[in-house]
Amino acid sequence: MNRRYEDVAVGEELPELSIPLTRTMIVATAIASRDYQDVHHDPSLAVERGSKDVFMNILTTNGLVDRYVTSWAGPAAVVKAIKIRLGAPNYPGDTMVLTGTVTGKRSGGRVEIAVRGVNRIGPHVTGTVVVQLPAERAQGSAA
Amino acid sequence: MSDHGSGAHSGEYEDRLQAWVGRELLTRRFGQDPVNVPMIRHWVEAMADDNPIYLDESAAREAGRDGVVAPASMAQAWTMRGYAASVRPDGEPTGMDELTGLLAEGGYTSVVATDSEFEFERELVPGDRVSVEEVVEAISPEKKTGLGAGRFITTVRTYRDAAGEVVATQRWRLLRFRPAEKPAQEPAGKPAGKPEGEEAEARPLRPRPAINHDNAFWFEAAREHRLVIQRCADCKSLRHPPGPCCPQCGSFAWDTVEAKGEGHVYSYVVAHHPRHPAFGYPLVIAVVELTEGTRLITNLTGVEPADVQIGMPVVLDWIDPDPDLSLPAFRPADADAKER
Repeated sequence: MNRRYEDVAVGEELPELSIPLTRTMIVATAIASRDYQDVHHDPSLAVERGSKDVFMNILTTNGLVDRYVTSWAGPAAVVKAIKIRLGAPNYPGDTMVLTGTVTGKRSGGRVEIAVRGVNRIGPHVTGTVVVQLPAERAQGSAA
Repeated sequence: MSDHGSGAHSGEYEDRLQAWVGRELLTRRFGQDPVNVPMIRHWVEAMADDNPIYLDESAAREAGRDGVVAPASMAQAWTMRGYAASVRPDGEPTGMDELTGLLAEGGYTSVVATDSEFEFERELVPGDRVSVEEVVEAISPEKKTGLGAGRFITTVRTYRDAAGEVVATQRWRLLRFRPAEKPAQEPAGKPAGKPEGEEAEARPLRPRPAINHDNAFWFEAAREHRLVIQRCADCKSLRHPPGPCCPQCGSFAWDTVEAKGEGHVYSYVVAHHPRHPAFGYPLVIAVVELTEGTRLITNLTGVEPADVQIGMPVVLDWIDPDPDLSLPAFRPADADAKER
């Protein structure tokens, strides 16, 4: 489903998305982003470097925030900005719950969404995403 | 805190670090492979992203594209150097290697990414060759964080296509830190705000102060580790918390003076419950009276709650919970004298 600029209202909430953080997923996403830092796949080295376990890399957080917003906005949406800050690490065995709220509508069909991803330690990610949505008449020419 | 003999606080070291601001860490370098479907597939599978525009040509055309596109968030992945370069560096040191070395010299040997701010100019499509270059924007003073003392390094990365056109920019912030030491190595006792065993865990952000037109100057000074006191420009009386009008003479004219950073505990409480995840407990919250005469509500560091006493002399310390927040705290003046 493609969400159109006209259909979106400031204050609208995105449906919550719960992401189970398995060890395999944390490693698979790190490797898919070509990030071979040991803290993202080697538990004993992660502990040596002051962490309690391996943890999700920031490229994956970007990828999940991207997925979360575009799955709501629809395939016609074009992502124009993803700005995130990391807090509590995403460790294996935890679950991250993503929530989002439309915080602004700008010219050019652009919509700003505030996103927050919380695990059981606290907020893992807070940030904003800007997507360009198709207009009523200009459907199919979003790019 | 304890001295590491690293010179991490010396003016000379600070100058060498700050000389990096504005310098290029990475000259323009292309990713090893052009944007391609196998890497996109690997990414969307791992992310469980079922947006069809990444793999399905006809769905992508229906959604207004000429064909499949790469996920926007993948921009950085195209220029990652991969496994071989991670385990067998090619021996050609970049500015990044040099800066990393300089930070290691200051004891900042661990790293964690804290911020990524991407802006995308256009979607990437298979066949695009993506390059990246990186420039240092800022290096913070040493800040105490939940992970240990460290410095935030902010850089700007510019991603371009083969024609040199910018496809994305990314402001990127890393915390380079000295892993927090075990409490046994801290002669002044662990800071009251950080329970043992949790040193390595990044805490959620503290609640933001309610900053307004009348008090912004105070928080801005705090970010530079300066404790200032508002002073009436007419009758010269000092006041805190900040406000628009002098309570003594009614004047709206004011300036500030910098506090010496000495005072005593006027009163205090130890909070156990309710708990907010951004803070460590038990949490000592004190009213400290400065030698200048004003009082402020603050946290005490480097002291066990049971050892806090009303009247106890304290000196200024700083806590830096995250890059945007620095707050004055106070620690016992005695412990400070013992350490030196």
